[in-house]
Amino acid sequence: MNEMNTENDAAQTANTQAGFENEPVIDAELQQALASFKASMHAWSEAAYSRPRTVAPTVRQRGWRLAAGWALGCVLVAGSVSGGLVEQHHRVEAKRMATEQRAAEHERQLREQEAQAKASDPGVTDEVLLAGVDSDVSRQVPSAMEPLAQMMQDDEVK
Amino acid sequence: MAAGTALDAMAMTTADDAAAQEFARVVEKHRPQIFRFLLSSTRDVDLAETLTQECFLKAHRNWGSFRGDSSAMTWLMRIAINLQKDHWRNRRMQFWRTTRTNSVDLDEASEWLPSGEGSAEQHLLARERVAEVWAAVKGLSERQRTVFLLRYVEEQELSEIAAATGLSEGTVKAHLSRAVARVRLELGGKR
Repeated sequence: MNEMNTENDAAQTANTQAGFENEPVIDAELQQALASFKASMHAWSEAAYSRPRTVAPTVRQRGWRLAAGWALGCVLVAGSVSGGLVEQHHRVEAKRMATEQRAAEHERQLREQEAQAKASDPGVTDEVLLAGVDSDVSRQVPSAMEPLAQMMQDDEVK
Repeated sequence: MAAGTALDAMAMTTADDAAAQEFARVVEKHRPQIFRFLLSSTRDVDLAETLTQECFLKAHRNWGSFRGDSSAMTWLMRIAINLQKDHWRNRRMQFWRTTRTNSVDLDEASEWLPSGEGSAEQHLLARERVAEVWAAVKGLSERQRTVFLLRYVEEQELSEIAAATGLSEGTVKAHLSRAVARVRLELGGKR
């Protein structure tokens, strides 16, 4: 019991000496460890704080990245624009060719129909056609002209 | 009237200059300590530098509203603690981002010791002890770690820690006690 009290007293004294009074009791070993930790942290911080800064390479690298980004962007834009133009040209050309093909096909079909019509009606000769025309053109003599027509017949008899 | 306005303007300019000079002095004086605290909290040199910059930028913006109720160091430390908290919170929220960190491992952090550490054996022993303390610190909660580092690395008083963290002195003491117990356990466990 006395030993424990002595140990606590010693630790409390160590705390007081280290300026850690009014705090958890810290024995000599722990105090040593904390002192080493503090010294280590101070040494590291000092070294890191005063290390040379590498600002320039970072800026240059950033500049290169920026330039590369812009170049890539320009290439992409130019590529997409020219690709669009080529595609548009192809479409117009294809449309024009399709229209021409359709017109040629239509003309060909008309010609075929005409030829078929001619081939399917071979009996219509020139005489028949003229007779048809005569019958369409000829008229009956009106009744008012009847006496004149008779006179003409009489003259022919005389 | 015009002369009065000109004098007012001159007085304001002089006051602004004085405030700027005062702030520059504060930065020069406290920057290494803020950086050290952030470095010990994050174990990441680049992150500590970034957060230190942010801390002083924020301090500069709010320098006009600093009333001097606490010391400038306590005020700056409070900003640094909040920035650090925000950083970890944001990191946790951004779970889709790569969680790669530049924190050095405990062995590397333990390598730093002042050159006058005595014999090679003492140096090795000190390094081992530092590694054990780091291992214990790693296992502490955020508040325990902050309180522990402020007390045993920055050697701040309990009242200053309470002011910087916004905790009561009793709570600070409780966190410190748990942190010390953990470190003791780590040191004892390896013996």
